[in-house]
Amino acid sequence: MSQTEHKSDTTRDAVRALMAPPIDRDGAWRELFMVPLAAVMLALLFGALIMMATSVSPATILQSFIAMARGSVGSLHAISETLTATIPLVLAGLGIGLAFRAGLFNIGAEGQMVVGGLAAAVASFSLTGLPSIIHLPLVLMVGLAVGALYAAIAGFLRATTGAHEVISTIMLNLISFRLLDYFLRQPFIQKEGRSDPISKAVLESAELPRLLSFFDGNLRLHAGLFIMLAAVLLVYWLLYRSKLGFAFRISGENPQAARYAGIRSGLTIILAMAIAGALAGLAGATQITGVLGRASPGFSAGIGFDAIAVALLGRSHPVGILLAGLLFGALEAGGRQMQVDAGVSIDLISIIQALIIIFVAAPLLVKRILPPLFRTKSVNEDAS
Amino acid sequence: MSSSRPTPPSSSAITPVRSIDWRASITGGLLIFLALVVALFLDTSWDAVSTFRISRPRDVWAVGNLTVPSQWFNTIAAIALAFLGTRLFLRGGGRWTALAMGTGLVILAMAFLVWATADKAISLTGMLHATLVRAVPIALAALAGILCERVAVINIGIEGMLLAGAFAGAMFGSLMGGWAGIICAMLTGGMFGLLLAILVISYRVDQIIAGVVINLFVLGLTSYVSSQLFTEYRWLNNASPFRAFKIPVLSDIPLIGPVLFNQNLFVYGALMLVCLSTYYLFYTRMGLRARAVGEHPRAADTLGIDVIKTRYAHVIVAGMIAGFGGAWFTLGSVGRFDDNMTFGRGFIGLAAMIFGRWHPLGALAAALIFGFADSLQQKLSILNTPIPSEFLSMAPYIATIVVVAGLVGQARPPAAIGKPYVKE
Repeated sequence: MSQTEHKSDTTRDAVRALMAPPIDRDGAWRELFMVPLAAVMLALLFGALIMMATSVSPATILQSFIAMARGSVGSLHAISETLTATIPLVLAGLGIGLAFRAGLFNIGAEGQMVVGGLAAAVASFSLTGLPSIIHLPLVLMVGLAVGALYAAIAGFLRATTGAHEVISTIMLNLISFRLLDYFLRQPFIQKEGRSDPISKAVLESAELPRLLSFFDGNLRLHAGLFIMLAAVLLVYWLLYRSKLGFAFRISGENPQAARYAGIRSGLTIILAMAIAGALAGLAGATQITGVLGRASPGFSAGIGFDAIAVALLGRSHPVGILLAGLLFGALEAGGRQMQVDAGVSIDLISIIQALIIIFVAAPLLVKRILPPLFRTKSVNEDAS
Repeated sequence: MSSSRPTPPSSSAITPVRSIDWRASITGGLLIFLALVVALFLDTSWDAVSTFRISRPRDVWAVGNLTVPSQWFNTIAAIALAFLGTRLFLRGGGRWTALAMGTGLVILAMAFLVWATADKAISLTGMLHATLVRAVPIALAALAGILCERVAVINIGIEGMLLAGAFAGAMFGSLMGGWAGIICAMLTGGMFGLLLAILVISYRVDQIIAGVVINLFVLGLTSYVSSQLFTEYRWLNNASPFRAFKIPVLSDIPLIGPVLFNQNLFVYGALMLVCLSTYYLFYTRMGLRARAVGEHPRAADTLGIDVIKTRYAHVIVAGMIAGFGGAWFTLGSVGRFDDNMTFGRGFIGLAAMIFGRWHPLGALAAALIFGFADSLQQKLSILNTPIPSEFLSMAPYIATIVVVAGLVGQARPPAAIGKPYVKE
């Protein structure tokens, strides 16, 4: 047995431990909800400490938390912003979660979003004269397919040579940024009369319709919301009701058993990566056609990395990912308000997000810091 | 030496279906493809000559220029690549895969350079100088990776530790001067090493998840502090970098002198650390114990080695080395910190570690190849090649994928890698 399999076995063990239901029901409830909740609270607390360490006054800290709440759920505009930020996070997060279930760690969502979004942008302005009902689905499909192909490279390498997908997807991310810079300067993509790298605008027939524009033209929430909800249902069905999903889960939990059951492990790996990439590519496409309207350098804005946190926080379950995506969308929208109101940099949000995953991934650590929340008989065994 | 122990008979016992050796086929096919690229695209006229300058006129012992007939050289390079590729494709690489691939990459890089300088001249010394400089962070990252993996801890968080070192180097270097900057960078790196150790050794968090989280955390933290403080207080991000200093007499040797003996502190430091850790890992009792912890922790524990303590110590020291490597980005070159300025060097370092078969000297050799790819794009922009700069800057990343795909499983990592140790 080669060493890479040892390595990934431990990943699988840990992912499985993250997702496994504990034995007693009371403990299960605590595990499932208290750990993420405590993680979020602790992360916000540490965020405040970090603000203090960078000489932000306590009044400003209070103000920034108020701004965060106001910017995320305080008004219709805020809710619209939260949901708009949630859409790509959940789509890409579903992909990462699905790959997790198959025992794969897809860090490449960012790159898959970039190539998928770029391809969607190209399709959206180069295909002219199509009615919206054909053009828009076509554009989204292009983004989906290109994202899937890009991720399948890493899947193929993992299945055939054993190259760990963590390293290859990170390299593919870095390559995708360079590809984006290159293509944005090509004459058939670059906007006429501009010297900076920026693409032509998405045609109206390829735009995702805004949902609340009859209410107020500034509300950015778009029809990608329905795509996101459909994807949640579809991934749920795929994972828990289909043969392929069974193959994914069994390969993730016990590759040896999967092999004896006649599941072709290589094909499963490639398919899991491709579906993960398809979802990330779709996230890029909805971002281009629904929010940005054109591709520019760095348009993915780290969403693919935040989606890793979403998948971990949501415990790789479609519904959990939806809830985690809503939380992270709220943090994102609230963070922007915080930057405006309190003058605290939005990068604080990424610190808070990283802290949330640290705490979610280390339940023992959370229990040690906040013992009162977990005082049951099962805890005493863990603490020993 | 444990690192060159032959791999156990490949996974055929478990997967009877897989009869093709994909790894050798893919690498072999790739080398053949590269041979075609060299033969078809890197062609020049038959009487073109590439000139490589070695000495400057004022040097003590000046040496004439090296001239190479471009087309002849590249024809030979294409044949050599095709030979290596076909051999790998037909017979499988076995133990020689790494060597064949390394040779192939070096030949490709040379052919590329000869093609780009056809009928022009470039300073070979300058090229090699830049290669060594660029190899420093990669070699140090690889070294940090080796120290961790030799005690069976996977450290994906090296990228974050480099970034933290770069940040601390810039900030404390501006506040208190360069040396203090280096020390603070190492302490910061060590702190994140400690964090990783606590998470994966004591709390048994999955090692890959913990590493990724450290990367995200450091990226957020450094971006936050730099936008919070550095935009307002510019002087906090304005350290004076370490200058190169000549080692007397030795630096006058043609070619080798300026490349090896006219460098800054980081290059000398990296070379010394590589030698030191080779000695430590393979020629001292402590090193043997550390490797035992990585190969068979239970046995090591039975013999009275403290597995947990050994792992903690190595991961923290690895963090300090990565912090030193991170300081290269600021104190070793520009003196200024920019968001996410490490650009995946930590991961390239991990690839160099695999390429170098978990041996510091091997990792240094691999880092030099990556450093060469890294410095190519910088130098070739002067020569006006028709290749877009974006593609040139992808070269190290593509090389990393090729190395990882071609060698994982061929090169054998420490046996207990990735597994937390629970004392019974």
